[in-house]
Amino acid sequence: MAELTYRDAVAAGIAQEMARDDRVVFLGEDVAAAGGVFKATVGLLEKFGPRRVRDCPISEQAILGAAMGAAMTGLRPIAEIMFSDFLAVCWDIVANEIAKSRYMTNGQISLPLVIRTANGAGSRFGAQHSQAVENWAMMIPGIKVVAPAFPADVKGLLAAAVRDPDPVLFFEQKSLYSMKGEVPDGEYVDELGKAKVLRVGKDCTIVALASMVHKALDAAIILEKEHGILATVIDVRSLVPLDTQTILSEVAKTGRLFTVEENPRLCGWGAEIVSIVAEECFWHLDAPIMRITTPHVPLPSADLLEDNTIPSVARIVREIREKLD
Amino acid sequence: MSLGQEAIAAAFGVAMRPDDWTFCTYRGHAHTLARGASMEGVLGELMGRQCGLLGGKGGSMHLTDVKKGAMGSYAIIGAHLPVAAGAAWSAQYRGTEQVAVCFFGDGTTNIGAFHEALNFSAVWKLPVIYVCENNLYMEYTPISAVTAVEHPAADRASAYGLPSIVVDGNDADAVYKVASDALAKARAGGGPSLIEAMTYRHSGHSRADPGKYRPEGELEKWLLRDPVVTYRERLLKNGFNEPTLKDMEAVAMSKVDAATATAKASPLPSVDDIEKNVWADGGAAWRN
Repeated sequence: MAELTYRDAVAAGIAQEMARDDRVVFLGEDVAAAGGVFKATVGLLEKFGPRRVRDCPISEQAILGAAMGAAMTGLRPIAEIMFSDFLAVCWDIVANEIAKSRYMTNGQISLPLVIRTANGAGSRFGAQHSQAVENWAMMIPGIKVVAPAFPADVKGLLAAAVRDPDPVLFFEQKSLYSMKGEVPDGEYVDELGKAKVLRVGKDCTIVALASMVHKALDAAIILEKEHGILATVIDVRSLVPLDTQTILSEVAKTGRLFTVEENPRLCGWGAEIVSIVAEECFWHLDAPIMRITTPHVPLPSADLLEDNTIPSVARIVREIREKLD
Repeated sequence: MSLGQEAIAAAFGVAMRPDDWTFCTYRGHAHTLARGASMEGVLGELMGRQCGLLGGKGGSMHLTDVKKGAMGSYAIIGAHLPVAAGAAWSAQYRGTEQVAVCFFGDGTTNIGAFHEALNFSAVWKLPVIYVCENNLYMEYTPISAVTAVEHPAADRASAYGLPSIVVDGNDADAVYKVASDALAKARAGGGPSLIEAMTYRHSGHSRADPGKYRPEGELEKWLLRDPVVTYRERLLKNGFNEPTLKDMEAVAMSKVDAATATAKASPLPSVDDIEKNVWADGGAAWRN
């Protein structure tokens, strides 16, 4: 085991896969010589050279289109989209081309590629550089969607994503890049489609993703210490494929479900999960399900405003307490 | 369909090697056939039958035959240009002599992905050939009404450091020459080419379009330059034996008839195919 930052785990995961498989290549804006604007890909150019680690123009459609063309002709590209908000610039390539080509060609086209991107708020970048958009990806049939909360998961799930024969959108939380965590040494590969139960408590089940996992864990500690409420916390980790069974079995044990979602209210990832629970776990519920989300607004920039828009630990504690008291 | 534009697909089809790649638009029927895809596969897909190249899953606009290097027909304008660049990158990376050839219409030259793909390909010196089939109309609108320059592709080439190349797209020999030169350049590491081939489509933009926006006499003028008819005349003028030519045409027509019959006789796809081939494992599951 080693202690790595979330950003170093990104580089470690990419390096692990590039060392193992010569078909793995990496492209993006400022990713090679500069090591990435978030310094998440430092050292890769030095280790693997300019043939395999390439800087691109500001051309998101070309970057993802090229990744797609390379993937269908024998390579296993990792493409970076610097801020997840920019996926909107090249959404055609993601949603209409990459997601649909295998299906439309009845299996002729294979696209073993990974698109990794810096997602989410908390870094004061304003509305167009702070969105959490993993829910956009979840809605499109044909792409897998992953959002790790811990450095170990970054390395392991990135490795799993690279080895996956299908296209994967890998959402890194930019506000977590400096976070430290234990990461297994040596070759480490995790599994897509597996949620993790991080904490067990009999009173309620909290389902969270990425940065909200840490807020949920902090809230659970306060709920227990100050209010005697014992919460289970589940890190979803993978939206597609979704580990529905873990979520359903945990909700059945407590009878109360709360989601904590960074997406704006409408059609956040939790909306689908609560719909599944309401349909398949209804008779185990003791009370209505509650989603704790960002309100349905673009994100404001000022520190005070941003902190009070995305779910805070205080708001999570308050909203759960109000429902359980 | 491709009626009236056949010379471009045919000439490139002959000039290309089997391991080169074709990327084309929803008007990809001639291109897919020119790479060697079976007629019953193409006709079957148009009819939504099991024998279709895509088993009825993709339809007329998405003809693909990966085994023949036909890497897809793309229905979103411009999307396949950067994809072709990616295939070319793969060849460059793996050190093969493969070339990606990307066909699109005049209207494509005004969309963002065109610009991104051309610049990207030029900077990385990729073995990709971009072929603009200028049939004078962007769907229902004359291309001249919506483009700032006269030659929508060739007049943009200098923006990417590339030479301006215009060719008579209805002259198969002329296209073959330009294609061969561009392929040789790409294989030698000389980078991308942008070629504008002047042509005309005999039908409307789609099945729904009778093409009434065309000025009087324009269609008739271009029918006189039908690439298939004029090439036939050229063969005969150069001494090709006419009875032999007639036999070849008869054989071709009977093959078309046979393929049509095969496609018509092919069963409809199973509704079980709906949830197949979203993923590499052949399934569509998003949850456990």
